[in-house]
Amino acid sequence: MVGLAERVRPVTLAGEQTLPVLEALVGLLPGGALRRGSTVSVEGEAATTLALSLAAGPSGAGSWVAAVGLPSLGLAAAAEVGLVLERVVLVEQPPRSAWGSVIAALVGAFDVVLLGAPHRVVGSDARRLIARSRERGSVLVILERTVPGGTSRPGGLEVDLRLRSGAVRWEGLGWGHGRLRARRVTVEVSGRRSANRPRQVTLWLPGSDGEIAVAGQPAAPPACVHPSSVRVDAPLTRAEAG
Amino acid sequence: MPVRTLVVCCPDWPVVAAGLAPTDPAIVLHANRVVACTPAARQEGVRPGQRRREAQARSPALQVIERDESRDARRFEPVVQALERFTPRLEVCRPGVCAFATRGPSRYFGGDEALAHRVLTTVQQQLAPGWAAHVRVGVADGPFAARWAAHTAEPTRVVPPGESATFLASLPVAALERSELVDVLERLGLRTLGQFAALSPADVVARFGAEGLAAHRLARGLDERPPALRSPPPDLLVAAELDPPAERVDTAAFVAKTLADELHERLERLGLACTRVLIAAETDHGERLERCWRHESALSAAAVADRVRWQLDGWLNGSAAIRPTSGITRLVLMPDEVVAATGRQLGFWGGETAVADRVARSVARVQGLLGPEAVTVPEWRGGRGPGERYELVPAAAVDLTVPRSVVPPGAGAAPWPGRIPPPSPATVPPEPIPAEVRDRMGRSVVITARGLATTDPYEVRFGGGAWLRVEAWAGPWPADERWWDPDAHRRRARLQILAGGRAALFTVERGRWWVEAIYD
Repeated sequence: MVGLAERVRPVTLAGEQTLPVLEALVGLLPGGALRRGSTVSVEGEAATTLALSLAAGPSGAGSWVAAVGLPSLGLAAAAEVGLVLERVVLVEQPPRSAWGSVIAALVGAFDVVLLGAPHRVVGSDARRLIARSRERGSVLVILERTVPGGTSRPGGLEVDLRLRSGAVRWEGLGWGHGRLRARRVTVEVSGRRSANRPRQVTLWLPGSDGEIAVAGQPAAPPACVHPSSVRVDAPLTRAEAG
Repeated sequence: MPVRTLVVCCPDWPVVAAGLAPTDPAIVLHANRVVACTPAARQEGVRPGQRRREAQARSPALQVIERDESRDARRFEPVVQALERFTPRLEVCRPGVCAFATRGPSRYFGGDEALAHRVLTTVQQQLAPGWAAHVRVGVADGPFAARWAAHTAEPTRVVPPGESATFLASLPVAALERSELVDVLERLGLRTLGQFAALSPADVVARFGAEGLAAHRLARGLDERPPALRSPPPDLLVAAELDPPAERVDTAAFVAKTLADELHERLERLGLACTRVLIAAETDHGERLERCWRHESALSAAAVADRVRWQLDGWLNGSAAIRPTSGITRLVLMPDEVVAATGRQLGFWGGETAVADRVARSVARVQGLLGPEAVTVPEWRGGRGPGERYELVPAAAVDLTVPRSVVPPGAGAAPWPGRIPPPSPATVPPEPIPAEVRDRMGRSVVITARGLATTDPYEVRFGGGAWLRVEAWAGPWPADERWWDPDAHRRRARLQILAGGRAALFTVERGRWWVEAIYD
């Protein structure tokens, strides 16, 4: 009976409310998937790759992805991470006055909207936007990254989930030889409701085989060290002459 | 026996409707592809299906006009009105092509030949003098044969009754206009419709299924489907009263959209699809306007709504002679010919097409807010640098609702010597960031002509930041590009440098250092 109930369970119902993510990111997110209508912010050293890999799962499953105000997005990297470029649309940075209407037009048609928000979003705009994305079931991924020559922080938007990539460790690069092959990144997750207890997961972003994978236990003891204060070790100089 | 049909064909209708003369080199463009061109442009090598650039390369003085389907339909309306003198049962296949059964008119006007000539002169009178010579009229058994008779006519062609199969036999299989099937047939060595028609129907069904059978029937000069078409149940008619009367196209078209959806839903419930629809409008003064639209495959709700809009546009914005004297009060859609809905299957989970439509609408809205160039989609270009592999093309130049492939097959495997191996950097600034790379002695690092670093990099600085100690580095990957073209020649070398915990791709060109991309 239990087996039968398992089999006839309406799987689509749960699938309607969440978007699938890459296998390696399942442990990162509460519930193991991106909840539709939620807002996620990504920051830290490997933020762009992390944001792209978040979008890769839904993209591979047929969703469309819009990237707003990200003129420097590496498309080759996006494709390597698993984004289906056939279903990617880039929108240039809207002026402050049109920002809200542009995002509102995208939410609903695109399941994932990547935002590189440079303006401080007005409170009312932000509330309207979040309400709309909740109603339409799109996920907003806000990329808060530090670019050379200034920092960009959207602020104003209250996020459900905050991903911060901390300690980054590259492997494969030597002194005059080798090449960048793999990157170990410790990602700290914090958020509201089901995700209120901060957690840390170490990922290969990507591994030496090009795949994103979980890299075992985090090196640092969790919750006592702020990731940004973790000293970045000198890279491994183990030569893998390639 | 298929119905004896007359087809009137005005080739290149979109350019005719745009008001161009056959001697102007001009094209009509949709989604960056040529949909129609004038004879003058064709003479210079322009063909439908080419990209705008290709067409302009062949004919530099080309005049480019955007496609406007309602303009096409509006300009075709007077032609159809003139043809209504011959028969009330006219079918418009698309703007520029219409058909009617010849049985009655042909006897009245004294045979197919006489009818064809009369139709020809009638249509010619409606067109600009330059285009009159391009009209074609064909008569044959069944609409398919008649259409090809019109295509090959100079300027009229009547295929005698019962000889359609013989007439079609010499045409190439491409005449079937089913590109995938045609491709297979050609590879099997079946080059003409005659060779295809000679196969036994049982074999064709076994190998190509229902789609193949329909094509085979056409090739044999029969109707696409067996004549046992269902007569549509009378309750399929949908109608709407317009109060107040609609004087403008957009008001009426809005109602038409709802009607089309309703009709489609009803047909769907019965497992039917509509291939011919009758659009009728009544005005306040009792005028009644009717037009039949036909499509080779089933008409979707959006296609029906489009046709109603074009038709209303043709009536309400037409010349004074055909314009109704008052607003439209009643709008009726009646499926005239229905077939079992077997051929159309949307995405397995109920709606990839719906999603793409939604995306296209949302993109159109954003384009309206920010301008058409603001929305771009990636397309494969190929290259060595991380920013060169894909280029961004305006979304206006691609049809987002049609599945497309960004990377052409095999392109990923094409060799680009000197290309940086994956993983690729996730941030590629549109303009490279000026940088400095120096060795332990404080001199700028130089890459020799042989692609070797004279000294090891020790410190780097970019984007106005502080000096950072180099922790690891690799390279250089030299790239000597376009050496055959003195203007476009570029010699560059790339270095991966890890400094301050952050990896970046540095480029040196003519002794100057840049940061081309950041691995973040």
